[in-house]
Amino acid sequence: MPIELYRIDERLIHGQVVVGWGTQLRPNRYVVVDRALAHSHWEQELYILGVPERAEALFVSAEVARVELPAWRSSPDRSVLLTPDIKTMLALARGGLLEGERVNLGGIHLRKGREEVLPYIFLDSTDRAALRDLEAEGVRITAQDLPGSPKVPLESLLG
Amino acid sequence: MSDEVLVRGILLAHGSMAQGVADAVRRISGVGAEALVAVSNEGKSPDTLKAELNGLLSDGPVIVFTDLASGSCALTARVCCRPGTDQVVVFGVNLPMLLDFVFHRHLPLQELVPRLLDRGKESLQSIPDFPHDADRTVSD
Repeated sequence: MPIELYRIDERLIHGQVVVGWGTQLRPNRYVVVDRALAHSHWEQELYILGVPERAEALFVSAEVARVELPAWRSSPDRSVLLTPDIKTMLALARGGLLEGERVNLGGIHLRKGREEVLPYIFLDSTDRAALRDLEAEGVRITAQDLPGSPKVPLESLLG
Repeated sequence: MSDEVLVRGILLAHGSMAQGVADAVRRISGVGAEALVAVSNEGKSPDTLKAELNGLLSDGPVIVFTDLASGSCALTARVCCRPGTDQVVVFGVNLPMLLDFVFHRHLPLQELVPRLLDRGKESLQSIPDFPHDADRTVSD
């Protein structure tokens, strides 16, 4: 079964993902791609507390995710794949691995140098370049915080 | 001068819920921000929210009330509140629970927290009162 949602969201597993998207997509697997988190069992336990009973959570690096992606796609499980930032999704997408997939921008927040493009998306020049690189890997990118919100195409975000 | 230690409350919730509920507590009880501080996650990165909450946690007993156990507010509270200290996290906050809190901040946490959980659960009612099984699994 294809991955139901590829999402870039600094908050990873949280209310919008579990309740907003989870109620609609009904995933039984949340894959968190994050190198630091993949090696921090106590932080994993914190995130697992937010995962519905019917679902499991996996925490892997981008390198492991690239290897496991075909198995997740062919599995009968419904998966949501989350990365905390653009560069991690880009690392996963390199070589056309995510070609034809849709990537959802769900939460990139304010920090020094970033400017607001949507209430939940703040970008700097590095972020914009990474998004262009991600698009060049054949990925279709839109911003959408919740299923009922309008999809905002990448061109609108890059200005 | 009383040496009584009062528990502080931090209401950490999504969107404008924290400000709205804290405002309701003030309007009903007359007790203000010295008892309950409202914090929203709106537009804040996980690191920003952690820094804000850590800045509010200080010595002395404190309860961080959060809304959704699976949400980013709850996760932040879990990360920031250290086990073995006087820092407690409560999930699924509601107004009756907070009203009871502001009037019983003098109680020790071991007594206060179970009391608040009971108040919060007891406040959930409907008219008519449909038969239900408290242990039933809620389908979504």
